[in-house]
Amino acid sequence: MQDYKYIGHSAERVDGIEKVSGAALYTDDLEFGPDLLYAEIVEGPHAHAMLNSIDTSEAEKVPDVLAVVTGKDFPFNFGLYMKDRYIFAQDRVRFYGEQIAAVVARTPIAAQKAAKLVKVNYTPLPKILDPLTAIQEGADLIHPELKNYDRVPWFFPTPDTNIAHHRKIRKGDVDKGFAEADYVLEDTYEVPRYSHCAIEYHAAVAKFDHSGRLTVWASSQSPHTQRNLFANALAPLGIRHNDVRVIVPHVGGGFGSKAGVTMEIIAAAIAMKVQGHPVKVMWNREREFYNTYQRLGVIAKLKIGVKKDGSITALKHDLYWDAGAYVEYAANVVNAVGLSAIGPYRVENASIDSYCIYTNLPPGGPYRGFGYSEFLFGLESHMDRIAQHLGIDPVEIRRRNAIKEGELTAYGAPMNPNGLLQAIDRVAEEVRWHEKLTSNDPNIAIGKGFSLFWKAPAMPPNASSSCFLKFNEDASINLLVSGMDLGQGFLTVMAQIAAEVLSIPTSKIRTENPDTDRNPYEWQTVASHVTWGCGNAVHKAAIDAREQIFDLIERTKHLPRETLYLEDEMVKCTTDPGFELLLKDFVIYGIQMEDGTFKGGPIIGRGSFMPEFTSTISDPETSQGGHPNVHYTVGAAAAIVEIDKQTGKVRIKKIVEAVDCGKALNPSLVKGQIVGGIMQGISTVLYEEMKFDHRGKMLNPNFTDYKIPTALDVPDEIIPIIIEVPQPDGPFGARGMGEHTMIPVAPMIANAIDNALGLRITSMPITAEKVCLALLKKEKKK
Amino acid sequence: MKKNVFSLNDEIRSIYINPNETLLEVLRDKLGVKSPKCGCDSGDCGACTVLIDGKSVRSCLILAIEVDGSTISTLEGISKDGLSPLQKAFHEHNVFQCGYCAPGMILSATELLKKNPHPSEHDIKEAIAGNLCRCTGYIPVIEAILDFTKKD
Repeated sequence: MQDYKYIGHSAERVDGIEKVSGAALYTDDLEFGPDLLYAEIVEGPHAHAMLNSIDTSEAEKVPDVLAVVTGKDFPFNFGLYMKDRYIFAQDRVRFYGEQIAAVVARTPIAAQKAAKLVKVNYTPLPKILDPLTAIQEGADLIHPELKNYDRVPWFFPTPDTNIAHHRKIRKGDVDKGFAEADYVLEDTYEVPRYSHCAIEYHAAVAKFDHSGRLTVWASSQSPHTQRNLFANALAPLGIRHNDVRVIVPHVGGGFGSKAGVTMEIIAAAIAMKVQGHPVKVMWNREREFYNTYQRLGVIAKLKIGVKKDGSITALKHDLYWDAGAYVEYAANVVNAVGLSAIGPYRVENASIDSYCIYTNLPPGGPYRGFGYSEFLFGLESHMDRIAQHLGIDPVEIRRRNAIKEGELTAYGAPMNPNGLLQAIDRVAEEVRWHEKLTSNDPNIAIGKGFSLFWKAPAMPPNASSSCFLKFNEDASINLLVSGMDLGQGFLTVMAQIAAEVLSIPTSKIRTENPDTDRNPYEWQTVASHVTWGCGNAVHKAAIDAREQIFDLIERTKHLPRETLYLEDEMVKCTTDPGFELLLKDFVIYGIQMEDGTFKGGPIIGRGSFMPEFTSTISDPETSQGGHPNVHYTVGAAAAIVEIDKQTGKVRIKKIVEAVDCGKALNPSLVKGQIVGGIMQGISTVLYEEMKFDHRGKMLNPNFTDYKIPTALDVPDEIIPIIIEVPQPDGPFGARGMGEHTMIPVAPMIANAIDNALGLRITSMPITAEKVCLALLKKEKKK
Repeated sequence: MKKNVFSLNDEIRSIYINPNETLLEVLRDKLGVKSPKCGCDSGDCGACTVLIDGKSVRSCLILAIEVDGSTISTLEGISKDGLSPLQKAFHEHNVFQCGYCAPGMILSATELLKKNPHPSEHDIKEAIAGNLCRCTGYIPVIEAILDFTKKD
């Protein structure tokens, strides 16, 4: 095992002091002076309606109002993977609360007052609030223009339906596989929508100055993608990419909600109408729930055939996604699941149909786990039920089917090196899987549940990262990247990578969230890919800087470069122990020669990375032939729960989770992701529930009625386990793991409840009420 | 407009306040004190927690005119002479992720330790139960406070 000085250690976060001291500034903390304007959004009170006319005349008369803007001002569509979205509604509204117009005023109060005076005339249309209704023959079309929308070439809409994308897998011979099975289990699982609940709202301030430059300060996971979408959407107004600058301060949580573009484009667009003034658009907690991305809901029909020994002979997975009113990002969630819904198993005969379906509910979008939490709820529940039927241990059935390196994924590409079996064994051992637990209290039932997980980054094949590394006079470093620290600790890990290559303490490396004018390109901070992708770019930039240093020493000191190495902020030489040159003596100032001249100059490292081996080109009927995913991160987890039979309340005694992150560049941060992810997973399975009424209006858009856990709800014990089977193309062998940690939680809790009570619950959330009612029903049957 | 006088982070401030302004609005927008954050505007999340006469209060739920004559502390005040030992413990444990809940969480913990320097795990959970955090899963926060009190 190689000995590392900076990576592999639990370095303190580079942003830690800012965050514990209160110095960290978030978008709403920035000051823009007395000229700052405020925007208030006018929302539509229908889930589906034609928008006939908007009368802004009364609103415009309110003192201190500078402008009222509507869809007429921005008659263009935009979107990340498919341009089906509008800055403001055009001829129709498609979800309850959709933005119709904005009032821009000197004060928030004036803006709010005027927004109430905007008169909108609608003709209500039939609304569709669930995906199965939306795909019925003759269903009303939510996007009649679907077939004309620009989209990436790997999306396949079904024209004149509400199916915005259909990803199919056809591998092997499924009919033959089911015919060969000794046992076939078929059932339907339902996972509803969820909200990200980052504690910081979405916020954006935009200024289009009199020189024609558009600057946007935003709470975002995707500054360069936002710049790109702003520039593309506003191109009709003469905006070019280099006119747009996106600056992101600290971000108070994202979990996918701040990926791509949502409300930020409203700020960018309305700034164009009040040139010279900064204008602020703030969401509030209510809008956080109903007008940003929500996690998609899904109805998953799953059929698995197995031999008596538990080996899978065939799998058929049909997933009907409630993707909401606009799917420019959500369609890629559907796509990612379509490619991966066999789970981390060896499945030779597979059929997957993943349907992205428009409904008149708020837009679906990326959420930590990107669809994998949703489909693995059913799949991992199914594996337990099959094991139970066959009399095989749930851990053993997973061991037997676990996918190994080189075996083929659903789309036919080989699986990457992985520690899935190690993870299974370590978790089983740590949770004492074979030890039977019983309660002395007859009212308490105890159960254990197990689950595997896997997930690949879902990215376009040319998603890329880059880095500039600048030395300062004292050999401290400014590391410029555009990956985002949303809290996961990305920047600290980037500093550690550069520190390791250049042998400079992590604490001497300053790296911050980006400004697209200064920092080089990054696609987005999503998909758990930045440790890997941007980490590779940082690694390359550090090596580039190191090679420049060695070039200079070779040229000026005439030492063979292969004898040079860096240690403790110095250049040293393996053959000349007396040679030591402090980096700070020359990384800016150069090296002085005998004749008094200087050689060298500021050392600036440069690195860029693109996964050049990936491709989305494949047969659309089978998805065979491409290599759409860069790699999968895998792991296993188990839970021990206690259930109060009278109330149905589930108490989690212990959770063990092992994740194979290739190389834990900072174990403390990896463990932070495991614990935090598990808690978010617990929240989705036990507590959170969105309620919509018959109008499609969300009834509980606040933390009083939409519960997320508090410190009193934590499990008694969480044991994180790090597995390190290196990713050959990752920085020091690392691969991403941030999203993955929440994925196994819902199925393993469902499995533990079944283990405790003999109750199989196939829909989320599994609230105390649901457990209690199911128990009562079971008792009645007896 | 009413003139209010109070102590903010050991400095006497006097300021004209509208009767409908919350303390959170006045701190952030009129006094430039940005560590109290708005995460719900309804008292659910605790991101706006400040100490008034040593007691933790949701500054989004209290009108600024009510604090006339009081002593108010925010994280800016706690950090004035360098990080407190508790803040250092949070930093060393890499407790916070996005950091948005940190100001409120630290003030709730500060209040707890002042009253009860050796709290039980349950005391800690109770004390921070009004501070929502979506990143950490709370366990690192609880462990850091426990570890800190053991060292004490």
